[in-house]
Amino acid sequence: MTGRNYLNERRGLWSWLTTRDHKRIGVMYLWSTLLAFFLGGVFALLIRLELLTPGKTVMSADTYNKMFTLHGAVMIFLFIIPSIPAALGNFVLPLLLGAKDVAFPRLNLASYYLYLAGALMALATLAMGGIDTGWTFYTPYSTSTGGAVNLVTLAVFVLGFSSIFTGINFIATVHKLRAPGMSWFRMPLFVWGMYATAVIQILATPVLGITVLLLLMERLLGIGIFDPKLGGDPVLFQHFFWFYSHPAVYIMILPGMAIISEVIPVFSRRPIFGYRAIAFSSVAIAGVSFLVWGHHMFVSGQSVLASAIFSFLTFLVAIPSAVKVFNWVATMYRGSISLQAPMLYAISFLLLFAIGGLTGLFLGALATDVHLHDTYFVVAHFHYVMMGGTVIAFLAGLHYWWPKMFGRMYSERWSRVAAALIFVGFNATFLAQFVMGSRGMPRRYYNYLPEFQPLHILSTAGSWVLALGLLIMAGYLLASLRRRPDAPPNPWGGLTLEWQTGSPPPTHNFERTPRVEGGPYDFHLVSEEAAAGRQR
Amino acid sequence: MSLSGAAAEPHTEQPFLQHHFALPEQQAEASKIGMWLFLVTEILLFGGLFAGYGVMRMLHAEAFHQAHAHLDRALGALNTVVLLVSSFTMAMAVHSARRGERRKLVLFLALTLSLAGVFLGVKYVEYSHKFHDGLLPGRLYAHRGDATAGQFMFFSFYFLMTGLHGLHVAAGMAVIAWLLRRARRGEFSARYYTPVDLTGLYWHLVDMIWIYLFPMLYLIS
Repeated sequence: MTGRNYLNERRGLWSWLTTRDHKRIGVMYLWSTLLAFFLGGVFALLIRLELLTPGKTVMSADTYNKMFTLHGAVMIFLFIIPSIPAALGNFVLPLLLGAKDVAFPRLNLASYYLYLAGALMALATLAMGGIDTGWTFYTPYSTSTGGAVNLVTLAVFVLGFSSIFTGINFIATVHKLRAPGMSWFRMPLFVWGMYATAVIQILATPVLGITVLLLLMERLLGIGIFDPKLGGDPVLFQHFFWFYSHPAVYIMILPGMAIISEVIPVFSRRPIFGYRAIAFSSVAIAGVSFLVWGHHMFVSGQSVLASAIFSFLTFLVAIPSAVKVFNWVATMYRGSISLQAPMLYAISFLLLFAIGGLTGLFLGALATDVHLHDTYFVVAHFHYVMMGGTVIAFLAGLHYWWPKMFGRMYSERWSRVAAALIFVGFNATFLAQFVMGSRGMPRRYYNYLPEFQPLHILSTAGSWVLALGLLIMAGYLLASLRRRPDAPPNPWGGLTLEWQTGSPPPTHNFERTPRVEGGPYDFHLVSEEAAAGRQR
Repeated sequence: MSLSGAAAEPHTEQPFLQHHFALPEQQAEASKIGMWLFLVTEILLFGGLFAGYGVMRMLHAEAFHQAHAHLDRALGALNTVVLLVSSFTMAMAVHSARRGERRKLVLFLALTLSLAGVFLGVKYVEYSHKFHDGLLPGRLYAHRGDATAGQFMFFSFYFLMTGLHGLHVAAGMAVIAWLLRRARRGEFSARYYTPVDLTGLYWHLVDMIWIYLFPMLYLIS
């Protein structure tokens, strides 16, 4: 690192709190979401610890209910949804486009403060006795239970607007701030993924906003809409909720896929296979995502015809998802693969996402879903897609862009150890849950039959290995910050624009406005010497 | 890919142009995209209420029909006209801004602001009547002698929908007041009037939502 950059040009806490620099806002989002990840992780470990034995192990049933509710709510609303778009995306999207900032820097900062406010509100529920509804807030239980449901619904409302603002910013940025020569099909695939994500954020999140507002009004005023006693329809809440929350799982997975599309070509030193297919499959997933919400409700009493249609549409999602996976594998074929940390996570992603995606088909099929609904099979499927998919991809992106963000390399040896532990621990934790679920272990239960205990022990032990891997990761990443700045501008030999500026970048991103003359993955045009030279 | 082109320089001649845009047009177009996207989220926000209203009205058709008779159609129609005229004055404000006519801009913004005030005033009168008669949402409903049960549900939606819309009118008034102040100081010109333009878009949306609310709530047949 030489000279002035976005980290050292202005100093002091105030310069951070009032910044409009997308990189600084991205970094603030990064630390906040990582903190949320840590908290949600602690809740997860406590849940797994409680499930080590049937009956009470360490906490009461009530505490357990609050624990899994908070685990879900924190992980989804405070970590996964903002992690890739608002933290990593904020940092790299303008760099990838050759822009100086996002279109609306003030709105970007406002989005961060809304996130912060929402996060504090959500966590304040802990002090108010917690919530025990599950992260889905299903009526009529959520309209009759006590606790801090009012506050948490307001928190979700506020967090929703934070997410909407990020989405608006990204779409306007992609449309209006591409560098000269950056045509739509020269954009890195990460940008395509962010664009598709932003579309969903804008179209789905407002519906969640009005849904939680209606829930709040139901609790405060008894307006009647979700309360069967008053002539309302509790299943209507499920429709409303999943109209947002199903697209929301694509808000979570599309950014993960977007990172994988960056990492695989760079570490295989091959042009991406099927650029346009990957780009359009992101948009296709975004489109289909709005038409499948009913697959969460196969046993809710919705009409059989509706269920059949939703089931069919759900299978459609498999097509663009598989298009991506096959293209990534084809990119690696005959590539010159280097197994550094980002690539290790990308390969983990391919394996885990394949399992998560395929088990989704079991749940999308009507007959098998009746058997598997509300069992650990669903829990395992969801975690394979969200943790095995999105979180692992987030870690790939974190390791990929860490040197760019902070100007430091991390320990390569320890990063490999951590990646291996995370992969093994994750599979031990959740493969066991697939087996339990298929044998009928219901989700969210505090107690269970003794024959499930061996698998529960395996799952809990797995969660410890997983936690150890993540702790090691936190250790070497934090340790790298104390080292002397040592990251070259382009440590991985990438061809996208963020690697053509300093590590960390200067405040205005580029000394001169970039002019784009080729594609983002033209590795076939780069000679080996040039690629080697680039690394110094 | 190569790095070339001009080095970053501050825009000294155009104080409204933010550093990360190269041209004023680029900034204006980006702002417009942002505003349209925001309007989409607003439509979806109200869309959820419309959908909930639709389902509940189907379930309680008779109660909704009888409950809506408590609303004052004349006042509702008056407010519809008031908002439509305010949309016209807002459009004239944008038009004047585009032509750089400061006095007209101030005049039309002031007119729009007063019409919005009239709208909220009428709404206040309507709300007071409902409060007085106990026609309130949810469990606050205290009206006696209904022929069908479940009329409270209609008033739940009446207050939610007109309340949320009223909040949007109030927010619009705050923004228009701020525009008025800036327009008086001469901060807008034919070269830069994006805030007026965007507020115009927002105001038309608020108007349009009312155009849906009026028949849905006042004119049930």
